[in-house]
Amino acid sequence: MSGAFLSLRDSLLGCVALPGQIGEVLRRVPVHTLTIIIVLLALVAVGYRVGLTRARRVAVDGAHPLHSRPVYYGVLMALWCAIPALIVFVLWMVFGETLSRLYIIAGLPSDIARLPGDRIATVIARIRQIASGFGVAGNTAPYENAIASGLATFKTVTWLAVIALAAVVGVIAARLRLARISPALRARNMIEGVVAGVLLICSAVAILTTIGIVFSLLGEAIRFFTFIHPVDFFPGTIWNPRFSTVGAGGQGGFGLLPLLWGTVLVSLIAIVVAGPIGLMAAIYMAEYASPSLRTVAKPVVEILAGIPTIVYGFFALTAAGPFLSRVGASIDLDIRATSALTAGVVMGVMIIPFISSLSDDIISQVPKAMRDGSLGLGATSSETIKRVVLPAALPGLVGAFLLAISRAVGETMIVVLAAGNRPVLQPNPLEPVSTITATIVAQLTGDSDFASPQSLVAFALGLTLFIMTLGLNVVALYIVRKYKEQYE
Amino acid sequence: MSASAHNAGSAASLKRSLASRHARERRFRRLGMLAVISAIVFVAVLFSSILIKGAPAFEQATLSLHVTFDPAVIRIKPRPQRIAGQSPADFARRKRSWQRSLALVDWNRVIETALRKTVGDADISSRDLVRLIASAERFRLRDMVAKDPAIIGATLPVNLLASADVDVWLKGNIDHSLPDNRQQLSVAQRRIVEDLSKRGILHMAFAKALFLNVDSRSSPASAGLAGAFVGSLYMMLVVIALAVPIGVASAVYLEEFAPKNRVTDFVEVNINNLAAVPSIVFGLLGAAVFIGWFHLPLSAPLVGGLILSLMTLPVVIIATRVTLRAIPASIRHAALGLGASPTQMVFHHVLPLAVPGILTATIIGVAQALGETAPLLLIGMNAFVAHIPQTPLEQSTALPVQIFLWQGNENRNFFESRTSAAIIVLIVLMIGLNGLAVFMRQKFERRW
Repeated sequence: MSGAFLSLRDSLLGCVALPGQIGEVLRRVPVHTLTIIIVLLALVAVGYRVGLTRARRVAVDGAHPLHSRPVYYGVLMALWCAIPALIVFVLWMVFGETLSRLYIIAGLPSDIARLPGDRIATVIARIRQIASGFGVAGNTAPYENAIASGLATFKTVTWLAVIALAAVVGVIAARLRLARISPALRARNMIEGVVAGVLLICSAVAILTTIGIVFSLLGEAIRFFTFIHPVDFFPGTIWNPRFSTVGAGGQGGFGLLPLLWGTVLVSLIAIVVAGPIGLMAAIYMAEYASPSLRTVAKPVVEILAGIPTIVYGFFALTAAGPFLSRVGASIDLDIRATSALTAGVVMGVMIIPFISSLSDDIISQVPKAMRDGSLGLGATSSETIKRVVLPAALPGLVGAFLLAISRAVGETMIVVLAAGNRPVLQPNPLEPVSTITATIVAQLTGDSDFASPQSLVAFALGLTLFIMTLGLNVVALYIVRKYKEQYE
Repeated sequence: MSASAHNAGSAASLKRSLASRHARERRFRRLGMLAVISAIVFVAVLFSSILIKGAPAFEQATLSLHVTFDPAVIRIKPRPQRIAGQSPADFARRKRSWQRSLALVDWNRVIETALRKTVGDADISSRDLVRLIASAERFRLRDMVAKDPAIIGATLPVNLLASADVDVWLKGNIDHSLPDNRQQLSVAQRRIVEDLSKRGILHMAFAKALFLNVDSRSSPASAGLAGAFVGSLYMMLVVIALAVPIGVASAVYLEEFAPKNRVTDFVEVNINNLAAVPSIVFGLLGAAVFIGWFHLPLSAPLVGGLILSLMTLPVVIIATRVTLRAIPASIRHAALGLGASPTQMVFHHVLPLAVPGILTATIIGVAQALGETAPLLLIGMNAFVAHIPQTPLEQSTALPVQIFLWQGNENRNFFESRTSAAIIVLIVLMIGLNGLAVFMRQKFERRW
């Protein structure tokens, strides 16, 4: 029995607080969440019922017809009940931890309470650990045990109080609002306002994501730049982070250029492979292919876009790399199995469908009148395509290529597996290279400390990558949009 | 005279130029054909290379042995029963101690005895003999006894997985003509393997382990995808629970309610750009915000699911908007004309009609998220996890990450095929999802 009680008490312990504690609390929060959900659901049910009944009664009693259907009054009442209760829970989540901290500090003997802040934090952490039932290493002081056992009770009591408070607040809110339910109340409009607000918040998530990306990358990158000066990072030609120690920026271990060069080289090879094939395939599909061939070939080519990049990486590593290496050997060329060439060629295959389907769309948008004019003057199909269609489609095609390049620049798994990970500034595409993306993975999957420049550099690299791809995307999307408007 | 000659000459030159122009036309056309064919060939090469490598891994070398659960070797007390008045803690303690005694049994000896009886070859060391069996198989024997202690003393037919080295040898993934010192199996082991496989005791059977087991390092032959599968499932559930409602809601807002102004324009540009942000950047966001700031646990499917949700969000938004735009204005006008409010019009008339399109978009988005690897590496999902996660907050791995881990395994000639098999499983899942999307589109699509 005592075991069951202990586990119940344990699950009643702990509260949500500052962001830093969320992860810790989430691990043992299920009972809390469940209770909160149950309380809120109960309030919603009661509110809905009360609102509905009330609305029906005033509709029967009153001389005026209801503005909205009774259901809306029910929903409105449910919201009025649940939202104040929800606010109580949120407040408790934000301030609950502070409350228990205050309780601990109040119980500390005066000599301990006078200790500096970080020592106090250690003491508080110890007491919480004891109260959680897991215990701490070493002997515990009597005052610690006393506060810990008090803390457990305190937390249970607060938690029960919070539940009661939430329920009471909900009921009071409902009671106060009950009088407002009258035929003149525009319940539907109010609910529709709430719905619109929820929709607005949802569409803000996308913006928040962008803001989150920018700020997290910027924040961590700035932390990195306190170790390594940007002047050493951006034009640095040597990438060798392992042998740099903290603050040893002058040694130039964190140079971006080798990685940037690797990225450019691999993307260049990819676009050299994918550009002609993708463009020619698009031209053939748009201008020559019979509808039946189109319906078969187009989805088949687009399969290439749906294959996970890890599969391409594995293919590059186990099939394409050795194959290229053998081909190189047969013509006396030393091609390494993992090299910029391997990664670039396989990445090229991956982006063929991006180029072909985007270009196909764009070529199809060139007005038929332009083709007819050219054909009517006696030009062959290929001459029409080369002299009329492609020049007209050029801006759109440039946009498509830029999008494909941006995709290649940000591609990770192929280069992690097949580029060889050798961050040296050298021009030979047959040798291994390393790229920005591969290095981000390498720096963040090691065992190094999250606050060391070795890890933080990943964010500076990520920022560089983000700016590069963002620039490419913005320009490309702008061009494509303008192009489409031109022919619409 | 001269005019006609001139005409004849120009006709000839015209013919020549026409011929060359037509030749150019044919060349251009052929070039286009070639491009399409080469793209299709790439698809074929990619798939056949993976299939050829991976298909053998769906079968695995297995030994059908008669295992005697010898009470002289398996010396354990009877399983503790719950006695009336005993506290749960005490019972749990006794059960644990029983399980410990079970784990301490010399299971290798059980296996060795069974093998020796079958092989009938005294000229091999115990070590070599036991190593023919995947080392994790002894836990299977243990679990059989734990499940039903009554089998002690009995002799039962049991299928045991052969070790990775035996599997590699039988499949010919290692050169049989290599000198002894470069072979993975000793001379005696090879003799026994050949003998057993001739007698049909060692045979190829469907690799259930690939699907039912979790990852294993000590016993490569028993490494499976179960843990990765459940991890991926959790992440997909998070994606469906978060990305779909939020994505649909924001698409509805942008398409039906948002005023056409610069802010809406900005949101739209922002969403289009978000769709093109490299996945690794989302991984960095997750590492900095979810791990660094919120202190969510590393390697947890919840965190992976959150990151994948953010990535899938633009896909869902863009596709839902396309669907909403395709619904004719007459539906909206009819609803509004009959006195529905804009909200009622959207939720009662437009959204129900958009459901098939939204479902298709959801499935495609989920399929895309299922194959994503890079961001998961940054939140520590490349950790070695040898259990099936019970909750989305436990350490876990995911299907594509498992592929990444296996391709890096040093036991190359075994894991290359195992990795390909995992890729086949992943691709079959993705094709299944995409097929479902196509099916739904064709079944429910309405043309206006």
